[in-house]
Amino acid sequence: MKKKNLVVIGNGMVGHKFLQCMIDKGATADWNLITFCEEPRMAYDRVNLSGFFLGKTADDLSLVEPDLYKNNNIQIHIGDRASTIDRTSKIITSANGVSVNYDKVVLATGSYPFVPPIKGKDADGTFVYRTIEDLEAMSAHAKKSKVGVVVGGGLLGLECANALKNMGLETHVVEFAPRLMPVQVDDVGGAVLKDQIEALGVKVHVNKSTTEIVNENGTVHKMVFADGSELQTDMIVFSAGIRPRDDIARDCGLVVGDRGGIVVNEACQTSDPDIHAIGECALYENRIYGLVAPGYTMATVAADHLCEPESNQFTGADMSTKLKLLGVDVASFGDAFAKTPGSKEIAIKDSINGTYKKLVVNESGSLLLGGILIGDASAYGNLLQLVQNAIVLPPHPEDLLMPPREGGSSFSMGVESLPDTAQICSCNNVTKAQICTAIQDQGLTDIGAVKKCTNAGTGCGGCVPLVTDLLKAELKAAGIEVKKDICEHFAFSRQELYSLIRTHQIKTFDELLDRHGSGSGCEICKPAIGSILASAWNDYVLTPTHAGLQDTNDAFLANIQKDGTYSVIPRIPGGEITPNMLIVIGEVARDFNLYTKITGGQRIDLLGARVDQLPLIWARLVNAGFESGHAYGKALRTVKSCVGSTWCRFGVQDSTSLAIEIELRYRGLRAPHKLKSAVSGCTRECAEAQSKDFGIIATEKGWNLYVCGNGGIRPQHAQLIAEDLDKETLIQYIDRFLMFYIRTANRLERTATWLNKMEGGLDYLKQVVIHDSLGICAELEAEMAYQVQTYACEWKATIADPEKLQRFNHFVNVDGPDPSLMRVEERGQVRPPFDHERSKERSVVMP
Amino acid sequence: MTQTTIPAVSQWQTICPLTRIIPNTGVCALVNNEQVAIFRIGDEVFAIANYDPFSKAYVLSRGIVGDRQGIPKVASPIYKQNFNLITGECLDDESVSVPVFPVRVTDGQIQVGIT
Ligand SMILES: Cc1cc2nc3c(=O)[nH]c(=O)nc-3n(C[C@H](O)[C@H](O)[C@H](O)COP(=O)(O)OP(=O)(O)OC[C@H]3O[C@@H](n4cnc5c(N)ncnc54)[C@H](O)[C@@H]3O)c2cc1C
Ligand code: HEM
Ligand code: SF4
Repeated sequence: MKKKNLVVIGNGMVGHKFLQCMIDKGATADWNLITFCEEPRMAYDRVNLSGFFLGKTADDLSLVEPDLYKNNNIQIHIGDRASTIDRTSKIITSANGVSVNYDKVVLATGSYPFVPPIKGKDADGTFVYRTIEDLEAMSAHAKKSKVGVVVGGGLLGLECANALKNMGLETHVVEFAPRLMPVQVDDVGGAVLKDQIEALGVKVHVNKSTTEIVNENGTVHKMVFADGSELQTDMIVFSAGIRPRDDIARDCGLVVGDRGGIVVNEACQTSDPDIHAIGECALYENRIYGLVAPGYTMATVAADHLCEPESNQFTGADMSTKLKLLGVDVASFGDAFAKTPGSKEIAIKDSINGTYKKLVVNESGSLLLGGILIGDASAYGNLLQLVQNAIVLPPHPEDLLMPPREGGSSFSMGVESLPDTAQICSCNNVTKAQICTAIQDQGLTDIGAVKKCTNAGTGCGGCVPLVTDLLKAELKAAGIEVKKDICEHFAFSRQELYSLIRTHQIKTFDELLDRHGSGSGCEICKPAIGSILASAWNDYVLTPTHAGLQDTNDAFLANIQKDGTYSVIPRIPGGEITPNMLIVIGEVARDFNLYTKITGGQRIDLLGARVDQLPLIWARLVNAGFESGHAYGKALRTVKSCVGSTWCRFGVQDSTSLAIEIELRYRGLRAPHKLKSAVSGCTRECAEAQSKDFGIIATEKGWNLYVCGNGGIRPQHAQLIAEDLDKETLIQYIDRFLMFYIRTANRLERTATWLNKMEGGLDYLKQVVIHDSLGICAELEAEMAYQVQTYACEWKATIADPEKLQRFNHFVNVDGPDPSLMRVEERGQVRPPFDHERSKERSVVMP
Repeated sequence: MTQTTIPAVSQWQTICPLTRIIPNTGVCALVNNEQVAIFRIGDEVFAIANYDPFSKAYVLSRGIVGDRQGIPKVASPIYKQNFNLITGECLDDESVSVPVFPVRVTDGQIQVGIT
């Protein structure tokens, strides 16, 4: 049989989903699949479009696996818009002049952002928020802007405001309606949301209707509102709703809705049975579904229908959403506005914590119908399940909104009690049964594999906690233990070892191995446990019981280099150094023939020291008042600083003094991985504090604290955790933050990864560190105080102890250095030879 | 005490007292002009070459000792490959091994055999 032609117009999220469904069904055997893609790239994840501003590339966002289309013989016309459909001769033509015969068509043209007809709306500096190109244009303009306004306070508008704020702009949201997110939340919820968002520094103007955009030489200058007020701005982003792209359907005479949208039936068929429409361009029962999940359902229905008519049907979709807008949780689900006759509301507004929670229940209070959660949407997954599966509520439905009562347990709905048909992931329509089957049949043991295999949790991520619970329950049922063992010698994770050591007051590796381990240890568990012992008890790292645990760097208190010599880095707190101290470093380097280089952390590295030279070098440095810089340890490295208000004409606080104070406070602190910090004296951020594990930026009123930034292989910006702090509070928060990290991170896990993996993310961290939600802050502070009090310079202790110094001879039985070491001269300094230089005459054998 | 079956030892060279080595660490000795890494695990001693074939540096004595499934081993401090302390074989790359040396403790003194 000759294959039939199926043309998909639009390669957006839903168009691609449709093609994927066809591939999965093996429909490529019967159909030639052809798709027109107007954008210059294949389908990408529009839902996570804002990730573009966080450094995601077009490639990262792509939804299409390389070669997927090619391998399945799908023809894609990239950068080509289908322009007409001739329904009589069944031919589609495109803007680039391609024409194809079709048997069936699927329209997946999506929607376009609505720009209200305001006078002056076309000035330079106005944008919409829909495609990667839109974001590129915004980001270029933002570089020369100080103020940005978003028109529209809905879901997208707030997401867009977040992007502007992250780009450093003074951000405003202008909403025509009397509250934010008028579609999803009620008046009280809108007000709570407004407070929360304003607390984050975004200015919200509700009840504002823009009458004119005034330009200056063609570029946006200010907005004028109906009430006579004005707002100066450098850029405007319109996010005032979407309109379906139905022009191609209109032009060929398909039925469209009064207010736009291609009318479809339960099978997603348009008024022409050979043409389907799916996604945001489709109008079902007079409704456009502006979310991706209903679009995906339509894609599945259309694919089913084309392959086996009379199968699956689209019968409307749930518009429940959970989002994090500007860091504030917002969720709206089911009948959020209590429209069901007789329904009742239970609401709690907590102005202290800035949360609002409302449940809508049926007349008798036995079933949950919907609700709104603002500020804390952690219950969303559970509550949505209660709605969708019509689970009978406990006698006091209000308990669902409260933390567990004293003595009693809160009503929690375990995953076990859900029916198999329960939809766990609503973005991708994955049921409990599908997830459980995948786990059982394919022996999945971690959440990443479950996501990959079932797609559950790969959309908005709201269901990940539920999926995790399911995984745990399945593994438990199968008698499989979830393995987090650090190595073959200890069946514990780093976190578990940490608490064993602390609670049982274990002071040595051998004691721990005796009681909780097996074998004799290895290069994985020994340094990890050495580090925990140091974090917990702060003993000198080279005491005989600890010496064998340390990596050579810690064992010799210096960083090993490729030829077995070491680098020496004395601490230069805050990067501030007196001329005399600088001279000492110069003299030491000269006398020991060390290669010197300025590090990226504002200090000086002396390289090429032989193990036998280390104590001699340090004797001179300690004598002059230097201390160990801990460059060798998984410990605090440096606190970089700029000169700040002391010298800089822009500075608003004394960043150098603070950096010195902080570096001295946390020096020597052992952690799961190295820790870096910086302090900048004003928002110009010369010290690059936002790339550090904890960074501090001065404001007019105090200090802003950023946490969990990272340079290195996967750079990540630190996130703002608290603003305008006085110094005491700042240090208190850092104490808690660092100790919480030390307690809970995995081995060799930097703060950025730690946060990325943390359930609840930054919000949770804030709760713990700022609001003391776990009630451990006093302990954390006490632990840090102990560390600070017991600090001692390791080098000072080492050179004072002749027994320790024995270890620094290269040979145990004769004097003299390692005879194999060689040096080559370059630019007036020495370096180790490369392999090809080893035998050459240029090489100099070390003295 | 360690048994060895390596070529007949013509002479035992005394290196240092056992107590000179902190338990579960290593030291380097110069024996017959060769650099030998000597490790102490509990009261047992092992000796292999100090030369790390991967980094081409004389550093194995400064690695962390331990075991892999009961086999005593040391991890190079530079790129972390593991070496079997009994046979000298590299546990992470079959094609590589380092020489081993006869070693014993007599009257509390560590001795390395010269063959
Ligand atoms: C910033 C942002 C954040 C969002 N966040 C969420 C969220 O958190 N949760 C959620 O559920 N939804 C979210 N959405 C909505 C979601 O992205 C859409 O519902 C989804 O993308 C709709 O898919 P679609 O395929 O119908 O349309 P689109 O993804 O827009 O795809 C349509 C494609 O068709 C192309 N096209 C149109 N006409 C033609 C033609 N004639 N010829 C060829 N190509 C054509 C268009 O260029 C476009 O590439 C968000 C949207 C945006 C913009
Ligand atoms: C007003 C604008 C600025 C001036 C006048 C300025 C000036 C300087 C000077 C004179 C140096 C020292 C150069 C040297 O080591 O020889 C320097 C270093 C540096 N500047 Fe700037 N700078 C400015 C803005 C910035 C900004 C905005 C950033 C960060 C985004 C920045 C990041 C750095 C960094 C990282 C270093 C190196 C510090 C180190 O040694 O590790 N600078 N700057
Ligand atoms: S961050 Fe501010 S205070 Fe510090 S050097 Fe830069 S401009 Fe000056």
